[in-house]
Order: sequence, then C-alpha cells, then structure tokens
Amino acid sequence: MQANLQAHQRAHPDLLDCLWSYQNRHGYIRDEDVAQCAAQRGISEVELEGVISFYHFFHRKPAGRFTIYLNNSIVSEFNGFQRVKEAFERETGTAFGGVDPSGQFGLFETACIGLSDQEPAALINFHPFTNLTTLKVKHIIAELKKGVPVEEICDEVADNIRYTPGEGRTLFLRDYFPGSAVAKLRGLTPEQVIDEMNRSKLSGRGGAFFPTGLKWGLCRQQESSPKYVVCNADEGEPGTFKDRVLMNTMPGLVLEGMIIAGYAIGASVGILYLRAEYTWMKGKLEKAIEQFYRMNLLGLNAAGIEGFNFDIRLQLGAGAYVVGEETAMLNSLEGKRGESRVKQYFPVERGYLNQPTVVNNVETLCAAARIMELGADFFLKLGLPESPGTKLISVSGDCHLPGIYEIEWGMKLEELLELCQAQSPYFIQVSGPSGECASMAEKDRVLSNDGLRCGGALMVFSHHRDILQILINFADFFKEESCGVCTPCRAGNFIIRRKLEKVRLGLARQSDYDEIRQWGRIMEMSSRCGLGKTATNSLVKALSAFPEYFAEKIQGEEDRLNKEFNMERAIAEYEKFRS
Amino acid sequence: MAKQVKIKIDGKEIQAEEGRNLVEVAKENGIFIPSLCYYEHIDPPLGTCRVCTCELNGKPVPACMQKVKQGMDVKVNTPVLNDTRKAIVEMMFAEGNHFCPACEKSGDCDLQHMGYEMGVSVSRFPHIFKDRLVDFNPKRMVIEHNRCVKCRRCIEEVLTSDGQQVFSFFNRGNETIVAIDYEQEARLSQEQALHAMQICPTGAILVRGASFGRPFGGRRFDLRSQNPESKKPAPAPQPQKGGKKGKPKKKVIATISLAGCFGCHMSMLDIDLGFMDLIDLVEFNKSPINDIKEFTQKCDIGLVEGGCCNSENIEVLREFRKKCKVLVAVGECAIWGGLPAMRNLVPLEECLEEAYLNSMTTEPGEHIVPYHEDLPKILDKVYPINEIVEIDYFIPGCPPNAEHIWKAVKNLLWGEQYSILYSEFKYD
Repeated sequence: MQANLQAHQRAHPDLLDCLWSYQNRHGYIRDEDVAQCAAQRGISEVELEGVISFYHFFHRKPAGRFTIYLNNSIVSEFNGFQRVKEAFERETGTAFGGVDPSGQFGLFETACIGLSDQEPAALINFHPFTNLTTLKVKHIIAELKKGVPVEEICDEVADNIRYTPGEGRTLFLRDYFPGSAVAKLRGLTPEQVIDEMNRSKLSGRGGAFFPTGLKWGLCRQQESSPKYVVCNADEGEPGTFKDRVLMNTMPGLVLEGMIIAGYAIGASVGILYLRAEYTWMKGKLEKAIEQFYRMNLLGLNAAGIEGFNFDIRLQLGAGAYVVGEETAMLNSLEGKRGESRVKQYFPVERGYLNQPTVVNNVETLCAAARIMELGADFFLKLGLPESPGTKLISVSGDCHLPGIYEIEWGMKLEELLELCQAQSPYFIQVSGPSGECASMAEKDRVLSNDGLRCGGALMVFSHHRDILQILINFADFFKEESCGVCTPCRAGNFIIRRKLEKVRLGLARQSDYDEIRQWGRIMEMSSRCGLGKTATNSLVKALSAFPEYFAEKIQGEEDRLNKEFNMERAIAEYEKFRS
Repeated sequence: MAKQVKIKIDGKEIQAEEGRNLVEVAKENGIFIPSLCYYEHIDPPLGTCRVCTCELNGKPVPACMQKVKQGMDVKVNTPVLNDTRKAIVEMMFAEGNHFCPACEKSGDCDLQHMGYEMGVSVSRFPHIFKDRLVDFNPKRMVIEHNRCVKCRRCIEEVLTSDGQQVFSFFNRGNETIVAIDYEQEARLSQEQALHAMQICPTGAILVRGASFGRPFGGRRFDLRSQNPESKKPAPAPQPQKGGKKGKPKKKVIATISLAGCFGCHMSMLDIDLGFMDLIDLVEFNKSPINDIKEFTQKCDIGLVEGGCCNSENIEVLREFRKKCKVLVAVGECAIWGGLPAMRNLVPLEECLEEAYLNSMTTEPGEHIVPYHEDLPKILDKVYPINEIVEIDYFIPGCPPNAEHIWKAVKNLLWGEQYSILYSEFKYD
C-alpha cells in the first residue's frame, strides 16, 4: 500500500528540520536549496514551495543577519507596540516587512509569541526580548551593531507565577522530582492507567475539553501499530503562555506525561511539537530529554518497565497558528502544509503517518503525570465535583499582576480579576480571540469545564480601551492565520475585517450588525476547523454584551443611501489629471 | 454485497449500501445536495468548498465527507441550510473575479451552476476586486487566477506520469493561490492537460488552442436544473407590497443606463408584445425610452442598468433613490460592476494612460487625459450600485432575460405571483 502512494502523498517527517537548516545557514531558503531539497525527496518544486510559503518564519528572500519579530497582539498594541515599532525602524534604518540595505536587520511583525505578561516583546534570531521601550530598543540595536552576540543581551523570561491554591491543593505548580510520576507506572497495566485517567475525569486542557482517558482508551483499542504520542506545545492562541511556564519551570513533567500516555496506548515514539516562538526553550527541553535517557526513563525498557521501549523527539514548528489544531499539527509533522485534515478519521484511528495517534496539549500531559504521581483521588478533591482539578490561566492586559494563575475550577471570574488586580475591568477576553468576551455583567460566572470554559488565557481590558480596536486586532489575526483551504474561513475572515473597517469609520448601520451576526453564523456552521468556526465568536458576542457601545457607532437609515461610499476618496486618483 | 442500511434524508426513509458517499446516495434518491469541490473518485473527498453543508443528527457537516451509516438523520433543505450554502457560493463570487459573459467556461461552470441552482442574484458580500494574475508562462496552459475557487481538485488529480504534483497551494489565508510548477506542467501530455481543464470546476485552467477557437463544453448547465425536486429553480423574490384588484391607476416607471452598454434596455424592449400591455398600465417618467431627461414626479419603480464609474453616475443614482419607491438593479453591471469592473483590477492611472496615451489609436504626440470641470469625474473603480444606495431587487443576466425583467416588474408593481424558470436565470 505504502509503495503505491504517489510521490505527493508521501510524508516527509524530516522536511521542516531540513528547511530550518537551510534557513539557519543562510538566513533564508535559497533557490538552490529548494531545488536540492525537492530533488532529494523526489517531489516537485511547487509542492515544496507550497510548504515553505505556509509557515511565516521561513523566508525565500534574505531576512537579515538579525531577524527581528515584533509581536503585534492586542496586549502589545496597548502596551506601546507602535512606539517600539517606530524605534526599531529608526534605529535599524528600515521599515517593517523589509531588510536594511546592508542586510543586517530584518524587521517583521508576528502574532502572539507567548510573552503577553511582558509586552511589548520581540524575538531576535528567536531569542526573547521583553518589556521593550524606545530606550531599550536603542540600546539593543546599538549593542548588536557593535557585534555583541544576541544570546548575551537577550532577556531572561520571567515565569510570573502569581497564584496557586492553598496548601495541599496545588496540582501543577508544586515541587517536582523528575521520575516520580512514571515511577508509579510500575506494576500497573496500561488499562489500569487508562482507568485512573477515566476515574479522574481529566479533560483536555487545550480548550476542547475532550476526556483524556476516553481518548487514550480509543487509541489503545486500535489494532494498527506503531502508535504515536504527540505533545502539542504550539500554544498560539494570543494571550496564552501557560505551557511556556510549565515547560520552562519543569520540562521533565511534560515528558513524563508523554511516557505515561505512551505506556497507556502502547506507543513507542513520542513527538513534542514545539512552536518556533519558543525556540529559546529548545535547549532546555533537549537537555531534559537527555537527562531522562540517562535516568533510563526513556529508551529501552523505559521507566524500568520490561518490554516498554519509548523514545521522545522534539519537532520545531515554523510559525502558523492553525497548526495548534491537532490534525493540522499531524500534517505539519509529516512535512506538509499545516492545513487541518478532513474529519474522516480521528487521530486516534489514523493520525501521524496514518497510524493511531494521541495528541495532547502540554498542560493535559502535565496533569496526567501529576494524576499518576498524586493519584486520581487527590485530583478529584480539587475543583468542582463535575469539573475536578485545577487550571492554569495566563492573565494579561490591564492588571497589576499579569502572569500565571493556577486556580481550582469553580472560581468566580470576579475573584480572578481581584487576584490579578485588574484595573477597572470592562472587556474581558476569555480563552483568547477564538474564545468569548465577557462584560462585567458576567463577573459572577464560574470558571469551570461546563461553566465559563477557559482554555488558558484571560485578557483584561479596562474602560479606556476601545472595544473595536480589540476586535479589529483579532480579525486581522484570523485573516492572517487562516490556512486558506476552505471558503468560509478564507474569504469570510477577510470580508468580516472589511465590515469592521466600515464600523470603525462610523458608517455602519443596524443592518451591518445584523449581517455580522449572520455571517458569523455561516462561518461557524460551515468552516472546516475550529479556526473559522470560532473566529467571529467574540465579535458576535460583543455586539450583545456591549450594546450601548455599538449603538453609538451607527447611523440612522432614513435616506437609504450607503454612507460607506466617499465621493472625495473615489475621485482623488482622477484628480491627478487636472492640469 | 455490502450491508444495506437505513438512513433518513429530509424525513425520507432511504435504504442504501453502507459506506457509500452521502451526496451520491442522496442524488440516486432524488435529493439534490449542491456540491462544488466534490469529485466522485477523489478519496478522501476534498472538503474545501463547503457548499454541500448539511445537518447530520443536528450538527452541521459537509455532506461530501459523510459515508452512509445505519440510522443517519440528514437534513438538506431547511431555510438555514439553504441560506448557508447560498452564502458560501456568494462568497466565492465576491472573492474571485468572475466575469461570466467573458468566460470560456460559461454554461459549463460548476460555480455558475451552483449560482443558478440556488438563485444567487447578487452576492450579499462586497466584491473584493483583488488583482489576480493571468499566468501565460506554462507551456500548454493558461492559468486564470481570477476564476480559481481553490477547490483543490487539480492539486490532487493532476499529476505527471511519475506521480509529481503539478499544482500546489501557495501562501495562506486570503493570499492563498493555486500555484503551478512550470517544469512539471511541461511534462504533461496534451491529454493530461485537457483533463486538467475538464476537472477544473471554473474556467481557471485553460489549455492553449483548446478553449476559444472551439468551445470546449456543451453548456450543460444552461437549460435544466439538476435538482429533481425543484419546480421553481430560482426562488421567487419576496413579493413587495402588492396593489389592489380592479382597474389600476397607471404606475410610473423610470429607467436609466449608468456604466452599462444599453444591452439591458435592449432586453427590456425584447418583451415584444408585452410592451403593448405595459403601455396601457404604466407611464414612463425619466427614461431613455421616451427621452425624458428630468424627473417630473415620484415614481413607483426605477430600473437601473449599469454600475457607477463616474461622479455623474453617482448623482443620478442618488436621485433615483430619492425619486423611486422601489429600485431595481437590472443586469450584471448594476449588480456588481460587470464587464466595466474589469478595470477595477488595474489602477485608474494605468487605465487612463493606456486608453488616452499609449493605445494603438492614440494620435501621435497625444499627451492629454481629458479633464474638464464640465466632464464627469472618473471614479477609482466601478462600483456596484448597492454600494452607493440601497437596492430593493436584483435581476441578474448580461443582459437579463426579457421574461425575467417583465415578470419581476409585474410582481413589483401589482404583486403578481410568478416564478422564474431555471432557463431564464443567467449570468451571461
């Protein structure tokens, strides 16, 4: 069967690494690299170009000896993005989207880089620079010009752990001893491990909340082998940075989760898909993997279990939000464009290389490891009976204490806002742009699995922020990050963005709001994956949650003329011919 | 033989072989599920266009992705689903540059066909008018990116004899295009190239010498709907407030041609003897038909041909909106710009330079683009009339079928019930 596959359907698991090596060697991928790479794999160049063009960190033109990516997420925008951007342009002598004439500096904007608690932030050759100011930018560029290596002047990323539940009620952010979770595997059958997960009622922490035990059980049942464990460390949802903190503080915990999952489903390989924005953590994770091999937690007879062989490798992404969707991630791992797959099979049936695969988020795997270590009973004691456990929440925006909050399910939104010392909170974005927004009328809502579901991000915006600016930033994000495969998402996000421009100019009418609702419903019903389905969630919700704000923005309907048309603007070009 | 299972589509009990494709099974049982990217033998199906969105056990799903299973409960024709599918087709029209009257594939185009089946007379979404490449570089083909709907058929289906991909998606988001590999394309046989042209649902893939000289299709979508249920293929518009029975007072009509070619007015005259009836019932106010230049009274209905390409068009149109109770966009140009909107893909400056300074017929030494305060000012692009004023009803076609115009006018003036035949509803 495998032999009959057309060249274009074959997977190339090493392709992303190969493209990275070209990119790192020359600062971009050259024509000869494309030709060579395509020839080696026996695929056409257009197929390879298709892959390269999908990921925004791959460049086909020189991108500067120092490639600078400045985050343009909404939190950055409110914290001085524009000033910092101008500072970079002034100091390097080039505009964003280009490279300076000497080829030294390339400036690019990028979506959230997982540093929302220390914005504005940028990556320079993938090293982090946080809390940027005009002055700081001036200093950084001067140092780089002097020839100081980037790694010497980049910032240590702060973890900003702000809150954990009281004594004996913390799940994640407690002392960690490498190997203590997998040690509990000994003497347990895989079925018993899955039972323990089922008993704990653990559900996916990436935002979809699918029961973890059920997922593992389904994968275990598959007869086909080999099986794979994929750890989704591509938290691209703007405002989310909890996985960053988990991996930065205890890189071993997620590896243990992968080993446990591997044992439970009968896999022998685990792949940790790390988003390229977190390249600065790659060394740390690799070191942890090495340490695990030395401790015999990985490799032959892993974790001291006779006959259980398990390896973990790390795969670096290359910049694409949609790859956080599990089937898109599988395509990306196979060296393809990171488009979501058609939902014909679940990944547990046919995932990576068409083999049964469990894809779990970093936090889910960490929770699984803690459940093994501390027992399902401990987990069930936390949170609510129907929604047990704790949840990591990345808090950012207008609050005094942005950072990580480990809360028990059942906490009220208001309590969390108080904990982070939110400044006159007004517009609260739960679970990032694809989640939902809330007004203070909803402050009593309870954060839980079946209440106000929070995938991991909470962005707080105070009274003096403009709601439309927030929503337009989100719309820009989705427009940029849509994979472009299905019509409603590709065209819909573009069209919605245009509509918001009309609202911004004060030219909208009630009928425009009705259309936004209607178009949002169409995208939700018909898009291929979660990106398009959820892209208009917040926008549609905002229309009903902040009615006064939107009522002020519209015009009456009396004369039945469309105010969007502006004669002066329309004839401006022709006026050039006036002699 | 495969297992037989029972499923329900729109309440109808159907027996089918387990595992077969839902679109096919529905079709065999007289239920038409519109689809565009779906292509029988590509497995797994592409699932890119989303035109076949249905409801399976209460959840919206693309029908092309579903294999028949015991107990499936499928809904196809509900108001919400019909509207969603229609919206997706409208999105494609708004996204691309689909000039049907000037397209080689007109009459054989799947996208156009879907528009006809669902009665899309105007896109609810504003046209994007993005300048897209017409690629003449390939050896055998011409790639018309204006018409590509990114269905992915060619990517999966058109391969060289040794299995190399000829097409691939390139970029992402709204910038996504289907790129072609010139080297691989040159290795295709003429037969393979023609196959590529055939499977393209629109006119995006053309083979040199095989499209214009000899039409390559049989205009298979022109005459009959493929929806067996459909007695009224194009849904009738919401009847406007109807008049009373009895001897009616003469209604007043105004007409105008803006940036159009007067073809729609010609088509109005094509109602032939119907015109004699009409004259008894209506009187014309401002209109080229009687050459009345200014409005002298408020009119019941205004028929507008053509989009807006200059400042005068805008003023006239706004006046029409003020003076007419009901305003109708007649023809493709009024609806979304039509052929004159081809210039929307090129900056105005370039257009005017080409027309007045560099064209073959320019007088030697000519260096003036006309500009005078008495001349209307040319707009940056051609605007569909509903981007300037609110429009009540749209009659598609280039020009619209005379019957269609006549039926619509009768309906709007006197509330007469009517239905537009599938064959009367066209974009070209």
